[in-house]
Amino acid sequence: MRSGDAAVLIDVADLSALFGALHRRGYTIVGPTVRDGAVVVAELGGAQELPYGWGVDTEAGHYRLRRRADDAAFAHCAGPQSFKDVLHPPRARLWSADRAPDGTPEVVPEPPSEKRYALFGARPCDLAALGVLDRVLTGGDHPEPVYTGRRDGTFVVAVECTEPGATCFCASMGTGPHARDGFDLALTELVDPDHCFLVRTGSPAGAEILAEVPTRPAPGETVTAAAGLVDRAAATMTRHMPDEPLPPLIAASRESPHWDDVASRCLTCGNCTMVCPTCFCTTTEEVTDLTGDHVERWRHWDSCFSVDFSYLHGGAVRTSGQSRYRQWISHKLGTWPEQFGMSGCVGCGRCIAWCPAGIDITAEAAALAASRTGQEQS
Amino acid sequence: MDVSKPTLAVWKLASCDGCQLTLLDCEDELLAVAGRVRIAHFLEASREVLPGPYDISLVEGSVTTAADAARIRAIREQSRTLITLGACATAGGIQALRNHADVAEYTSLVYAHPEYIATLATSTPIAAHVDVDYELHGCPIDRGQLLGVISALLAGRKPDLPAHSVCFECKRRHRVCVVVAHGLPCLGPVTRAGCGAICPAQQRGCYGCFGPMETPNLAAEAELLGATGMAPDDIDRLYRLFNTTAFADLLDAAGEKS
Ligand code: SF4
Ligand code: SF4
Ligand code: SF4
Ligand code: SF4
Ligand code: SF4
Repeated sequence: MRSGDAAVLIDVADLSALFGALHRRGYTIVGPTVRDGAVVVAELGGAQELPYGWGVDTEAGHYRLRRRADDAAFAHCAGPQSFKDVLHPPRARLWSADRAPDGTPEVVPEPPSEKRYALFGARPCDLAALGVLDRVLTGGDHPEPVYTGRRDGTFVVAVECTEPGATCFCASMGTGPHARDGFDLALTELVDPDHCFLVRTGSPAGAEILAEVPTRPAPGETVTAAAGLVDRAAATMTRHMPDEPLPPLIAASRESPHWDDVASRCLTCGNCTMVCPTCFCTTTEEVTDLTGDHVERWRHWDSCFSVDFSYLHGGAVRTSGQSRYRQWISHKLGTWPEQFGMSGCVGCGRCIAWCPAGIDITAEAAALAASRTGQEQS
Repeated sequence: MDVSKPTLAVWKLASCDGCQLTLLDCEDELLAVAGRVRIAHFLEASREVLPGPYDISLVEGSVTTAADAARIRAIREQSRTLITLGACATAGGIQALRNHADVAEYTSLVYAHPEYIATLATSTPIAAHVDVDYELHGCPIDRGQLLGVISALLAGRKPDLPAHSVCFECKRRHRVCVVVAHGLPCLGPVTRAGCGAICPAQQRGCYGCFGPMETPNLAAEAELLGATGMAPDDIDRLYRLFNTTAFADLLDAAGEKS
């Protein structure tokens, strides 16, 4: 056992009671559901909207839903969205202003979000990503208002991974597949012999919610079986980062010839940063209406793959694909630890699966490591 | 008549009128536009024509005749700010398919009396003839971008016209990528944003009507298209559909390099 309270079991039929308890407390529940051929993150009306019986096959540049023989709800990974999409939304208004009759502008601040979110089905890598976004967006003297407002008071139901995808490498980043902290409740799904969930509580709020849900004590062998499934998940992961400190590797690779190779394949399309659960970059845009009496400031996701991203006075400094791919991987693996004291990559594999060109951050890091070894030998 | 309001003129060269219709389609905002500018020349909306010069000229269509070429120079001379609208004006349009073919053969096939047709051998974008201040891409243009540019000019600020890929908008709209999840061909990674990713939002690939994005990697995109089973000829034709000259010039340049 990894937390104070004894683990209990919730039968699959009673997940609706868990949803009910969260809804009664006014939470908007967001979690995985199937739409347009993928498991996406969306508002869930009830437990029946979870992706029961769906698995996914992922590979670099490839994602396909597949019907499973069982009814597992959480046997999928690396969908195109993450909880970043909810807490740090792609577009958000920051303020608006109107011209008063005397001509002076009156600024109207954006009211804080009224919704309180329950994040249902957060994977261990998602928990790590929330930790990264918390560090980046809520810390310091200037907390980001949209994220901070939405993150405040979230309830987190984590789900440990028992079937990682071929693109997952959380074990090598030390973020999963076990859920260790950062949740109110943590579930481990068991489909055999009965479909049920082993539940651990991670906070007083979690214990309070769980008290309203029918549970039964978990026999010792069930607890052991669940831990075994998660251990096995870690052992089956085939992708991993090079087994060496990454910041010095990236720093030493600044002039690597490998950037030409990756740039020949990279479309600079920006998909990797958009799907990455820790990429936080935004830009702002002023929107005026035709009357000229109303203006709004919006912020939206940006990406270091756009040329404008590196626009300084007089022009952009990262115009080549080489320099933009290098910026992305250098920030994720190299400079992030120095900036924020943690890795910018949590090993979720989304950037690998959702890169149309199938560019794989673990393979590129391995190529950099191999070419450095080659240089040292020569 | 309020002479202090800036004047707006809308011009048409070789085109289908779809982009001008986008302005007429702005039903809710059209009165607001008319309230802020004096519409001095817009034959599709009104027969009243006021003399130039004009503060803002919107130009639809490509240059396909000697008369067009003279006309666009006259329009430029009378226009403080000139904005081109759509794939025809920014890249020659579908009619630029002739640029790589024999025009005499085309006219003999299409017209009963080809001898009455006076046309140039090529269809060229406006920017090949005169300086252009802003380009709105697409076939047709996006209504939101058109209103955004007019609002920006009226407010005296720079319009927001991103040049990055359609994929940015596709992901910001939470669409599921049709390449990765369905194995479909999609030109989104090499196409300029602006439409809001409307085609992927309908579960189909982008066919590139906004033309090339800022740094298109056509060779890498061709690999992706090939992986969906498209033959090299089909890939070439897909690139040359709406933005014939824009993508074709890049392909030709890449061909010369290799
Ligand atoms: S860099 Fe890739 S694998 Fe790492 S957290 Fe971001 S999307 Fe996931
Ligand atoms: S990798 Fe690029 S988009 Fe992501 S956080 Fe870093 S600079 Fe921003
Ligand atoms: S690495 Fe892949 S997803 Fe990222 S910009 Fe390049 S092609 Fe696009
Ligand atoms: S569907 Fe097309 S536009 Fe959307 S992310 Fe995929 S490649 Fe880009
Ligand atoms: S998705 Fe592509 S083809 Fe469709 S409207 Fe946008 S730019 Fe044009």
